[in-house]
Amino acid sequence: MGLEIVNDVRTDYVCDLVKNGKREDGRGFREYRDISVERDVIKRAEGSARVKIGDTEVLVGVKVELGTPFPDTPDKGVIITNTELVPLASPKFESGPPNENSIQLARVVDRGIRGSETIDLDKLCIEKGEKVWMVFIDIHVLDDNGNLVDAAALGAIASLLNLRIPNERYGLTGENTLPMRDTPVAVTTVEIEGNILVDPSFDEGNAAASSVTVISNADGTLSGMQKSGSGGLKEAQIAEMVEIGIEKAGEIRKKYL
Amino acid sequence: MKEEIELIKDGKRLDGRGFDELRPIKIEVGVLKRADGSCYFELGDNKVIAAVYGPREMHPRHAQDAKMAVVKFRYNMAPFSTNDRKRPGPDRRSVEISKVCREAFNPVIMRELYPKMGIEVYVELLQSDAGTRTAGINAASIALADAGIPMKDLVSSIAVGKINGEVVLDLNAAEDNNGEADMPIAMIARTNTITALQMDGRMTQEEFGRGMKLARGACHQIYELQRAALVTRYNQNYEGKNKREEE
Repeated sequence: MGLEIVNDVRTDYVCDLVKNGKREDGRGFREYRDISVERDVIKRAEGSARVKIGDTEVLVGVKVELGTPFPDTPDKGVIITNTELVPLASPKFESGPPNENSIQLARVVDRGIRGSETIDLDKLCIEKGEKVWMVFIDIHVLDDNGNLVDAAALGAIASLLNLRIPNERYGLTGENTLPMRDTPVAVTTVEIEGNILVDPSFDEGNAAASSVTVISNADGTLSGMQKSGSGGLKEAQIAEMVEIGIEKAGEIRKKYL
Repeated sequence: MKEEIELIKDGKRLDGRGFDELRPIKIEVGVLKRADGSCYFELGDNKVIAAVYGPREMHPRHAQDAKMAVVKFRYNMAPFSTNDRKRPGPDRRSVEISKVCREAFNPVIMRELYPKMGIEVYVELLQSDAGTRTAGINAASIALADAGIPMKDLVSSIAVGKINGEVVLDLNAAEDNNGEADMPIAMIARTNTITALQMDGRMTQEEFGRGMKLARGACHQIYELQRAALVTRYNQNYEGKNKREEE
């Protein structure tokens, strides 16, 4: 109960600021927070990245293992994306099985990577129907200060970009690198009091009626979208969000990937 | 890369539809006795049934909201609804869809009228053929109205997608499985307010805009069908009641 009241007060505060054209951290509506991407931070993982967006911090580790393909795609490798919202990252997170927020987060990141066909799944096949590489993308949220989706998606693609295939561990020979065919970048915008804000802070995320994540590729095509939240949006607002999404993704790609 | 499978022949889709054509829709309102509201909805080969209970006491209590009713939405596929048997119970996909569907209704349900209460929507997919969440939202919308839940408007939903490089309306399973993109949308048709939006696959910004337009037109069509189904149902009841009173 106590936390709820604090949330209401924060929401009112954020909405009042937005009405006056301001944000709590002084950013412009279309200004992204500072980003940092650190790669290969985990020795045991085949690919990894620690991403910070402002105070939000996400660690993504990718493990690659040999496994059997799904029966309906015997000649394709497997990508599995998972998110853990571990309790150390927020007073709101609890341990236990994944809830709908962590499932949605993982599935949106997964959709972006799949939609862009970044990874050529055919190249992950070693023996049709028997042996394929399975790529496990595990998203570990360390500090939730808003906009986890963008951080997680950036962490995932940054990890994949210097993925090493562990051939030696399985006594195999072959290429140790996996050519990435694209670089999907997620950009989340929210609607508050009729205004569109990019990269919501924690309180802005709570205050927003709707948020839309737009995932786009190097050539500007879209490879995933998700609206979330209990509000409605006009077509023109969504078009604006897509526009901002593609533009910001371009900037982030150029600078960090 | 996916190998190209021919899904369009002579400007028509494999099931004979044009690019902007919906599959046949069939609606029945009030099909379940125990539920407070219900609806059976067919969209092509999709068969879905929705039931609404409430507003009633919200369980568990810690999930209550002191200011407004909480909407619970469960999207569930019957094990026999798919080609390969679906393992019963919620999986990651259905958890996500349930969340998206619930949020599609939050803007229209007047939740503030029922603090601490729960409004429960149960959607069961009996037979699936792509576009199940859109059929489920359409069914749930009518079931909510049938249950007498105060709503600002109905929600209508449809998917658009891209097959063989063309933006088309309402993909069936063959098109969804072999297509390039799929984008389910829910909207309040009368105000053109979008309440749910997802996209997977790949499309350009221009194609996205065209898809939006197609979806908008279709949602207006579906809205009229939803409305007509409700009117028919309640006119019938009204006439039936008069007859009884005359006797």
